[in-house]
Amino acid sequence: MTSPQRPPTQRVVVTSPRTRAPRAPRPYPASREIDEQSELGAVYMRSLIRTQRRLGLLLCAVVCGSVAALPLVFTFAPDVGAQRLLGLPLPWLLLGFLVFPVFVLAGWFYVRQAERNEREFAELVERS
Amino acid sequence: MSSGYGIVAVLVVAVGTMLVGTYGLRISRTTSDFFVASRTVSPWWNASAIGGEYLSAASFVGIAGLIFAHGPDMLWFPVGYTAGYLVLLALVAAPLRRSGAYTLPDFAEARFASPVVRAVASVFALGIGWLYLLPQLQGAGLTLNTVTGAPDWVGALVVAVVVTTNVISGGMRSITFVQAFQYWLKLTAIAVPVVFLVMAWHAHGARDLTGPGFPEFPKQTTVAFDSDTTVDVPRSTVYNGAGRVDGQRVDGGGELTAGQHVVAAGTRLTFPEGAAVPHVRSIPSNTNDVWALPMRGGERFPLYAVYSLIIATFLGTMGLPHVIVRFYTNPNGRAARRTTLIVLGLLGVFYLMPPIYGALGRLYTPELLMTGDTDAVVLVLPSRMIDGLGGQLLGALVAGGAFAAFLSTSSGLMVSLAGVLSRDVLRLRGVRGFRVSTVLAVLVPLGMTWLVGKVPVADMVGLAFAVAASSLCPLLVLGIWSTRITTVGAVAGMVAGGLPALVAGLVTISSRGGGAWYHVFLARPAAWTVPLGFVVMYVVSLLTPRKVPPGVNHVMVRLHAPENLGLRSQDRL
Repeated sequence: MTSPQRPPTQRVVVTSPRTRAPRAPRPYPASREIDEQSELGAVYMRSLIRTQRRLGLLLCAVVCGSVAALPLVFTFAPDVGAQRLLGLPLPWLLLGFLVFPVFVLAGWFYVRQAERNEREFAELVERS
Repeated sequence: MSSGYGIVAVLVVAVGTMLVGTYGLRISRTTSDFFVASRTVSPWWNASAIGGEYLSAASFVGIAGLIFAHGPDMLWFPVGYTAGYLVLLALVAAPLRRSGAYTLPDFAEARFASPVVRAVASVFALGIGWLYLLPQLQGAGLTLNTVTGAPDWVGALVVAVVVTTNVISGGMRSITFVQAFQYWLKLTAIAVPVVFLVMAWHAHGARDLTGPGFPEFPKQTTVAFDSDTTVDVPRSTVYNGAGRVDGQRVDGGGELTAGQHVVAAGTRLTFPEGAAVPHVRSIPSNTNDVWALPMRGGERFPLYAVYSLIIATFLGTMGLPHVIVRFYTNPNGRAARRTTLIVLGLLGVFYLMPPIYGALGRLYTPELLMTGDTDAVVLVLPSRMIDGLGGQLLGALVAGGAFAAFLSTSSGLMVSLAGVLSRDVLRLRGVRGFRVSTVLAVLVPLGMTWLVGKVPVADMVGLAFAVAASSLCPLLVLGIWSTRITTVGAVAGMVAGGLPALVAGLVTISSRGGGAWYHVFLARPAAWTVPLGFVVMYVVSLLTPRKVPPGVNHVMVRLHAPENLGLRSQDRL
């Protein structure tokens, strides 16, 4: 996609990328590739969907999975369920109070991460 | 607990809801206003509205009642109701908004471009909505019965009339205001009394909630039975009363020996202070310390029951028609995510309260264990724990909040049901079609309230979640994240998962008994119907690769690409 190998005789001055001057418009921006359902556009979209799917499934698996493991713990290690912490029985403390902040934190993390993925995708599409 | 203040509170909530709704009437003009509030609602408003709509009778009275009867296993209800939003946020929120549809059948059509998929999705959306509306009406009946002594059908009718009027006049725009207002009302109504209840509990000496004894009558208590009731007596006790016990006429003193007894309808028995409370047969007779332990809820297959509940609530939330419709009122996918995050916080705060009512109920209102009216614990507790005017006022506040819960959830359900009915079943366009559909949407569950046995409110809501998780959840999740799902697969999956869950639910709510060993597999069907729905949808799709809807890539762009790219594929939104 980028520059092919050049003969070694040519000199190139490397500086920071031009940010001030307007870019020459590419004949075919990536957003148009996506709109026109080309193979290249499909590749872009597939990569975004894959990233977001992985993020969503991972979050559900980690958070919901660990919360949903509690009944197994309570069944096979009944002592854990009989523990007390801060004056409350452990199951009550966990399920009645602590899970909720965990859910909010997980949600906040997801929103941040998903928006970052979208931003990166947007930059990729606009840059190319 | 007949109290004038309670009636006033219920009236204030009903009239207030109507007034806020009328305010909405003046600014709701077009069809789009009616359905999705013209998509101009900010995340905080929207999140409050979702919270207000979502916290139903099950959350307000049902959870506390189940915890009161069965202990900490029932904490999975609030945990699941909240976790459902986390799953929804991670898997559905933004793409669902970007699909740009009004109702769930609209999503089905946008994704699959198939009238058959749309029709099947409509049928399930209607079924779930009605299954969910039913316990709201029942809960309203219970509340009005507890507060005023009116027969059960009065409360159901009042809710039906208020909501129908409101929805017909204002549609979704007014509903958004009403719902947002109701969340804060409900939070106040359940949180303020908790402060006083805990203070009262401390003032009474902070008795241990998880002590070794059976629940005991805190003072001499008269228990009235309005239906034939089989009770387990844990410890022999004397009583005084009139009516029929074990088929024998009693009048005056007597003794209930340890074991099972049948008390006839219309009997009134008075028990002395300190007597162990007999339990209705459906509630396990546990001492308070055993009650406080997990996995002792008295189910035959406790692990299956808990996991089935977890699956139903974690995955069912996204399939509820009234929840989905809320996402279309967000301006874009990003706002939809942020709204969901705020909802997680709002629900978490609310759900801290019901367990406190449930636990205090063991000490102060144990006679509900004997009549089986455990859903009333939230309503009865304030006036029982706090004497005089204060207790009455707090009781009125709770009653008002409970009524708000029925009104708001029913409103949301009605809007989405009417939307589905008018577009897919009656095929009437415009505002008039919406109004006709609203009336039809409320008549069906109102009729069903006469056919239903005494099923706890939260259990019935759990059934609606199970159907949603088995039918519409696979459609949404697989439809959004996989390009391979075919129209045949989508229909097969929804039917394979949703139909057994729906049938199991209807069998459960219509049969009064429930002693059979397989009862839990019908009452909590999600653990087998949800995997069935997902697997069938995916496998059938792989077997029918030619039926992948045309233009699926185009749809995927619409669902997943951020709006700010200016893609022409998203221009329709």
